[in-house]
Amino acid sequence: MMYDVVIIGAGVVGGMIARTLSAYDLKICILEKENDVAMGATKANSAIVHAGFDAKCGSLKAKLNVQGSEMMQQVTTELGVKYKNNGSLVIGFNDDDRKTIEDLLERGKQNGVKGLRIVEKDELKELEPNIADAVVCALYAPTGAIVCPYELTVAAIGNAMDNGADLKCNFAVVDIEKIEGGYKVVSENASVETRFVINAAGLYADAIAAMVGDKSFTITPRRGEYILLDKECGGMVSNTIFRTPSKMGKGILVSPTVDGNLLTGPTSVNIEDKDNKDTTAEGFAHIIREANENIKGIPFNKTITSFCGLRAVGSEGDFIINSPKQGYINVAGIESPGLTSSPAIALMVKELLEAQGVILTLKDTYNPRRKPMHYFREASLAEKNEIIKKDKSFGRVICRCETVTEGEILEAIRTNPKPSDLDGVKRRTRAQMGRCQGGFCSPYIMKLLADEMNITVDEVTKYGRESKLITGKTKEAF
Amino acid sequence: MIRELTCIVCPIGCSLKAEIIDGAVTKVEGNTCPRGKVYAENECTHPMRTLTTTVKCVDGSIVPVKTNSPIPKEKVFEAMKMINKTNPTLPISVGDVIIEDVFGSCVVATQNKK
Amino acid sequence: MKKELVIIGGGPAGMSAAIAAYESGVRDILILERDDSLGGILKQCIHNGFGLHRFGEELTGPEYAWAYEKQVHEKGIPYKLNTMVLDISSDKVITATNAEEGIFTIQAEAIILAMGCRERAKGALNIAGSRPAGIFSAGTAQRLVNLEGYMPGKNVVILGSGDIGLIMARRMTMEGAKVKAVCELMPYSGGLARNIEQCLNDFDIPLKLSTTVTKIHGKERVEGVSIARVDENRRPIQETEEYIPCDTLLLSVGLIPENELSKSAEIELDRVTNGAIVDQDRQTSVEGIFACGNVLHVHDLVDYVSEEAAIAGKSAADYIQNQAAEKICVKLTVDGKIRYTVPQRITKKQDATVYFRVADVFRNVKINVYCGEKLVLSKKKAKVAPGEMESILLKKDMLDACSELSFRLEEE
Repeated sequence: MMYDVVIIGAGVVGGMIARTLSAYDLKICILEKENDVAMGATKANSAIVHAGFDAKCGSLKAKLNVQGSEMMQQVTTELGVKYKNNGSLVIGFNDDDRKTIEDLLERGKQNGVKGLRIVEKDELKELEPNIADAVVCALYAPTGAIVCPYELTVAAIGNAMDNGADLKCNFAVVDIEKIEGGYKVVSENASVETRFVINAAGLYADAIAAMVGDKSFTITPRRGEYILLDKECGGMVSNTIFRTPSKMGKGILVSPTVDGNLLTGPTSVNIEDKDNKDTTAEGFAHIIREANENIKGIPFNKTITSFCGLRAVGSEGDFIINSPKQGYINVAGIESPGLTSSPAIALMVKELLEAQGVILTLKDTYNPRRKPMHYFREASLAEKNEIIKKDKSFGRVICRCETVTEGEILEAIRTNPKPSDLDGVKRRTRAQMGRCQGGFCSPYIMKLLADEMNITVDEVTKYGRESKLITGKTKEAF
Repeated sequence: MIRELTCIVCPIGCSLKAEIIDGAVTKVEGNTCPRGKVYAENECTHPMRTLTTTVKCVDGSIVPVKTNSPIPKEKVFEAMKMINKTNPTLPISVGDVIIEDVFGSCVVATQNKK
Repeated sequence: MKKELVIIGGGPAGMSAAIAAYESGVRDILILERDDSLGGILKQCIHNGFGLHRFGEELTGPEYAWAYEKQVHEKGIPYKLNTMVLDISSDKVITATNAEEGIFTIQAEAIILAMGCRERAKGALNIAGSRPAGIFSAGTAQRLVNLEGYMPGKNVVILGSGDIGLIMARRMTMEGAKVKAVCELMPYSGGLARNIEQCLNDFDIPLKLSTTVTKIHGKERVEGVSIARVDENRRPIQETEEYIPCDTLLLSVGLIPENELSKSAEIELDRVTNGAIVDQDRQTSVEGIFACGNVLHVHDLVDYVSEEAAIAGKSAADYIQNQAAEKICVKLTVDGKIRYTVPQRITKKQDATVYFRVADVFRNVKINVYCGEKLVLSKKKAKVAPGEMESILLKKDMLDACSELSFRLEEE
């Protein structure tokens, strides 16, 4: 079988492209080297829908950011994904910062960002009572918003699959061969044939490009560490609080998440190893120091987890979205504001395909909507009881910290894109994501997963491959 | 010879000193109860431990068990071997004997399982 | 639904409270338990050492639980299993859910909180390195090994020397795992001396005090950990860092009372214990809501949990039967060397046992209780340690003319 489009990479960019293209009469396949979708930069970033005042005027980043930001509300509504237009603030501590903030305001206006203005200390205190006393002013962007990047990606890919797209996980592309009328995309033990290849491979986009002979860019991993705090702390800020960017970078932000936690980070260090997602003691110290400069009294003893993401920084200073060869499209170097831009990037890719002669016919079966993953959580008491009456498993709470029921977990396991490991269930349901981090519920979820997948509990992994949780049975050593 | 011990008889965990002459305990200090003295005497001559573990039933379910009284400390891994090879059938009640003789004690169930 | 007394949690605290309330004459009782059987965490604590105080013999966890469960059955005290309480309001309306009944509410006259505690998770520690499979809290490992029959690892390093960690060191050794070290950040162990003896020393497992895990290695499964000694400020000393290959890291780094429901009921919490502030009846700041066991403060012995829960059960019965009590109010304060007391206040003029924990290991000290600057009670201690809960009896005549009693730990 020949696919029309193969997308390499099941991150938010690949996912949004797949979803956009799945509206048309195309045979689509998404290839992902990991055991689940959203496993790269998508899994670990700031979860911000940027207003769009950061990127250089005239750049692809600026254009797609503003466009993506405007699209995000509708996209998330259709996909049933949580989205919160909480606004953002770039805070300044001194005259230099004020100067930069004024420049950002100007740049934002040129980029087409709506509603931007500078707020002074008194108003700022009203907006954010916990803001540090040393802050003198801020750039207020009312269009700033937050979204959960992996929830968005799961929903986008699930929606694409519901509309006919295929997903192949554990498919690490090792070669791309030119064949008659397209390409053969090869992994260690399988291959697919396709008319078009879209390279949305994140950190590895340069390696994929090289497979078709395009060596025009490189990708450098940039480490970003984060600390996530308990839901108790989610109310410490309502806007996303950025520092004024300086030569030292953008600094540490403090933001609520759509799930009510408080997120602080990221650090920003370029590294060599594309596999190195280690957190560091220096990183923790840096985050805690700067976050405390921004906001008073952040209780870091309420930390529930910390993690590190690698951003795919392209060598060209802007997003790399082009078609160096017939039948092949690069979507590379999608660092910040990649999440925000992703719906707009998908549109641009669609146009690139059309420019290459692909005729897009809208499917009459296409459904842009997806049932929200959190519908049960948000249902009324009466609705919940109706659901429980039909399916008792919705009355059985498995994750105590986040109150996630067996019904919700089973439904997630049975819904596209189906998770096949513990972390996959976590990202879809929030089970194991609370204060005890799966201490109580992970053994139950392992059993549910094993039963649904028809495997034994000791075969269940944390995130695929060799990440097994169980090493054997008791009673067998002696 | 003086041997220093930590009593394991109760949660207090007294620090004990046992005087040993010709392989026999002649004096125990530091104990707050008579059982501590007995513990020190045993510990210096033939240490004993209660073994708690689980047994796997024929149907695969796991039931907790213990030795009904302490067994020689050096035999606990051998006792584990015996217990690991035993697969009782359900139902099981607290106190049911699972293995009759394990180094002078017996293995009993510590939980009900239907 | 209406109930005189609803008890949240069917572990050792909940069962003991229910039995005590029953024995005080209350019949309209309901225990709500989230698991599929009564017994709570004791079901997975298959080791012995329970019940010496209450039963005069050493029982295993399941046996101790059974001793109470039997009484619950004999007295016919009703309970609902697989039932999770979602919310408690300050006017004592409980919202709960289970598969059979869906989400339902109960208006209670009195409520006893007995939800227990949870383990502090790895997130709180901010350990550098990767996040592979093979990192478990000791209690999760205990569940996997003892209830499910699965081994969570073969080569193990344990961080934290709390009792669960020590017990798991022995348990995993007995099932063929190699426990390479137990690392403890503090210069002393948080576990009982006898557990160090019988769980570590018996198997030559090294206990490394003033040592912490500085980095986790491994891409998919844990491949090893870096450990280092810490200075007096508990900061790792880089030169002492060493690498231990292992496939598993178990964490036994403390327990936290599970008070999410107490917060929903607007109960005032103690910032040190993370549990409710209570009086000698274990009544919280919300009238008619009582708390006991590990949800109130973390205990080292289940025997004390049962004892405390019996007080709460009896008090709840008194409250329901409306025996008006004389109301005095004596606040108990601490000096920091004594970290906290439970109860934190006294509201009745009667003898009361006050439990407390100290902040560090101290030798040859006195526990002094002052009314103003007047010493009213003094108790000598050869040694006190944070891992061991202490108690002192306040006589009712000490409560005369005193609105505050301060507890101080002083050199002899």
